[in-house]
Amino acid sequence: MDAGELQSLLAGMRPQLLRFARLQLRVDAAAEDAVQAALLAALEGAAGFAGAASARTWVFSILKNKIIDEMRRRRREPEVPAEESGEAVEELLFRADGHWAVPPSAWADPEASLEQRQFWAVFEACLDRLAPKPGRVFMMREFLGLETEEICKELGISTSNCWVLLHRARLGLRECLSLGWFEGGR
Amino acid sequence: MLNCRQAAELMSQRQDRRLTRWERFGLRLHLWVCHGCRQFEQQLAFLRAACGAWMRHKE
Repeated sequence: MDAGELQSLLAGMRPQLLRFARLQLRVDAAAEDAVQAALLAALEGAAGFAGAASARTWVFSILKNKIIDEMRRRRREPEVPAEESGEAVEELLFRADGHWAVPPSAWADPEASLEQRQFWAVFEACLDRLAPKPGRVFMMREFLGLETEEICKELGISTSNCWVLLHRARLGLRECLSLGWFEGGR
Repeated sequence: MLNCRQAAELMSQRQDRRLTRWERFGLRLHLWVCHGCRQFEQQLAFLRAACGAWMRHKE
């Protein structure tokens, strides 16, 4: 792949990279910075790519590292207020006796949804609506592929807190997809 | 006997750590009798698969 091809590939990837970074960092300026840094690093390493597929994977892995760096930097900033840790979700979904307020009902053919563009729009909107703390931990776990222990270390929280946050994120995401897509949204 | 809230928490943690034998037993018992939680179990698995698909689609 020559420099011109790589440049146009990277330019084409930019919106997608930005969306990915924005979902996780939530601050547009920080997302722009991370994407910019990843694109620059990719351009500098241009020579090593056999084809577009390996270049795309590589740019994404650089971006993941930039996002982790940014999260690490933020850890040193003041704690987020309690309402951002998504405590409300369990109180909403379960009754006081621990039963589901509304028991989950079956989703019709969820695998088929993965093929539909509209599903992914709902999916991203739902990710965006997660409370900041659970959302961040969830994305580190599922998209950046970190183990729970690493996430705890990066964010300076306990393992059990990490599990709680992951659980809240999954509850929230499940509820949002259920309401926004599977129960009549499509 | 676990309630649904506890069962849901264990199902979620199962994606992040290995449950103890006792937890697995309690969860299996609960799932045996609880239709809503069996749906939740399948939907959790779908969430993980969807996250993987989303990443592959991005890359």
